[in-house]
Amino acid sequence: MNWQVISHSLPIFAQAFKLTLWLSLVGILGSLIVGALSSLIQYFKVPILSQLFTAYVELARNTPLLIQLFFLYYAFPVIGLKMSATTCGIIGLIFLGGAYMAEGFTGGFSGVNQTQIDNGKALGMNNLQLARYVVFPQGFALSMPALAANVIFLIKETSIFSVIAIPELTNTALDLIGMYYRSNEYLFVLVVAYAIVLIPVILLLNLLERRVRYGTFGD
Amino acid sequence: MTEEILRVENLNKFYGDRHILHDINFTLHQGEVLTLLGPSGSGKSTLIRCLNGLEDFSSGAVYFKGEKIKPTDKNWQEIRQKIGMVFQSYDLFPNLTVMENILLAPTKVQKRAKDQVAQEAEGLLKDVGLEKYADSYPRELSGGQKQRIAIVRALIMHPEVMLLDEVTASLDPEMVRGILQIMTKLSKKHHMTMIIVTHEMGFAEQIADQVLFLEDGRILENTPGKAFFAQPKTERARDFLESMDF
Amino acid sequence: MEHSVINVLFVGNNFARIMQGLWTSVWISVDSLAAGLVLGTLLGILRTLPSKPLRFILRLYLEFFRIVPTIVLLYLVYYILPRSFNISWPASWMAILAFALWVAAEFSDIVRGAIESVPVTQKESGLALGLSKTQLFRYVLLPQAVQLELPATINLATRVIKTTSLLMMISIMDVIAIGQQIIEANNQKYPTAVFWIYGLIFILYFIIDYPLSLWSKKLAAKENR
Repeated sequence: MNWQVISHSLPIFAQAFKLTLWLSLVGILGSLIVGALSSLIQYFKVPILSQLFTAYVELARNTPLLIQLFFLYYAFPVIGLKMSATTCGIIGLIFLGGAYMAEGFTGGFSGVNQTQIDNGKALGMNNLQLARYVVFPQGFALSMPALAANVIFLIKETSIFSVIAIPELTNTALDLIGMYYRSNEYLFVLVVAYAIVLIPVILLLNLLERRVRYGTFGD
Repeated sequence: MTEEILRVENLNKFYGDRHILHDINFTLHQGEVLTLLGPSGSGKSTLIRCLNGLEDFSSGAVYFKGEKIKPTDKNWQEIRQKIGMVFQSYDLFPNLTVMENILLAPTKVQKRAKDQVAQEAEGLLKDVGLEKYADSYPRELSGGQKQRIAIVRALIMHPEVMLLDEVTASLDPEMVRGILQIMTKLSKKHHMTMIIVTHEMGFAEQIADQVLFLEDGRILENTPGKAFFAQPKTERARDFLESMDF
Repeated sequence: MEHSVINVLFVGNNFARIMQGLWTSVWISVDSLAAGLVLGTLLGILRTLPSKPLRFILRLYLEFFRIVPTIVLLYLVYYILPRSFNISWPASWMAILAFALWVAAEFSDIVRGAIESVPVTQKESGLALGLSKTQLFRYVLLPQAVQLELPATINLATRVIKTTSLLMMISIMDVIAIGQQIIEANNQKYPTAVFWIYGLIFILYFIIDYPLSLWSKKLAAKENR
């Protein structure tokens, strides 16, 4: 292991690190929005839309991100839709992540007690009010563990962006290895970089999970 | 005769092939208390849940103040603001404080002014002896306390009729009496129209203006006043009363 | 348009080659899963033992695989084995090694969770009958744990299958790599080839994974009842 090689590469990795963080953040936020929306639509069995979203969730969850990205990046231009690699990456990640988040939310929503929903209905709430005041807040707390796992999963999935040449962490490491033939050093930095991103995220999510659970159910 | 509040006509309910409720008919007038009695599994809870649309029924009709309720989701949602309900499982919303639980529906569903409702809520909390708990979370309350809050939460909607589904059944014995007193006060002092499903026979006799005795989804007896307790007409009802150790 | 689909997919041996590539992906998944599940069961059982240092080391092992993306694992094996250990395996073996170690880590956690969620009374009644520790595992805990862990295991299998899409990155002739070759060969004549080939591969993955996730969901729903 040559430390000088490592230290020279750090500025380049720092750039990639920022990009990975930024792509993850956008992807996760987008996925949460798409997932919550899709799950609520499925929960209240909105006609047509709920079938559409169910199909979307199954398609996205049961196919690899890599092929989704290839399709966006290489196949879409053939039908006249040309997007930058970064745009494709973000759309792909949200397409995939939205489905995973939808499953996470659905698990939580289905854990909300029927008696809670009866109580809300008995107080005259309509579906929107039930969603806003009963199903969502309690379901969110219940889905936290699944959502947290998805957040970690999605951050790791950004590594697949390397296949469409987005200069995030993995792509950068591979480029450097290709140029300087120093695999041990660059792979070491790469693993450490993922640890630096993910360990705080994991700890933070654990804390948040407990907070939200306590705030909602008191245990 | 006082105004008619609820009328049920030829109501039938099926779960698949199973006939759950058979041809239910009864009328409830303003200020009356109807107690719904019968062994467990007789369909009492299902019936009471049909009256505010939590369960749908297969045929027949429910009339609210003489008007037939069209059984659509939207309609039921409107009607439920006038029909309060309290359940056996004292489910307050766990993520909200006592006060937030009480204010939620009046402010969000009925769009009433928050400070006015809050003032009223304080009064009601005082009535049930829980004014100190406005800012507590449900997890900090006992079952009996939660059930009292659930009653307040229903009352603040200004319902014209209250449905009370075995509200004391999951409470510790020492909590039961307080809840029964609140219901008695509601009837005697505020002349609240109520339908009560209960296994507390002493309480039922004391509060009832009309008794429905249900078995296997059929009304076996529909008796005005308290005559049911002294002279049940059917053997089934006699057996039932005896088994309740009454 | 229609014409080009037929030409790209069904002329010559293109379709057969794609299926061959898919077969490569499938057997690598199966081998990795088989090896990973065996190792994972072992690690999972070890993680329920009281030894603290052992549990700590196994926990570290798990966390490493939780943190490092699978594509990076693949490259770790691909570069480090030959360069630092002078082991020159075929790329497919290296992929199986990387995937199996990853599956073992994930599965060890599933096994541990399942064993720990078998009710204590089951354990106590086993011991009360005079079963030894090994007998307790063999006859009481593992059979019940297997039932509990089945949905999560099937889910893990679907993830492994999806992850085989990365095989082309270490120059394995998987379904995507073959797809790319066909696209390149047809690009001049049929520019829409890319659409049909990637579309087909997308659907192929779905056809394999969807029944599995449906099965897992059904089992999970049954358990919750």
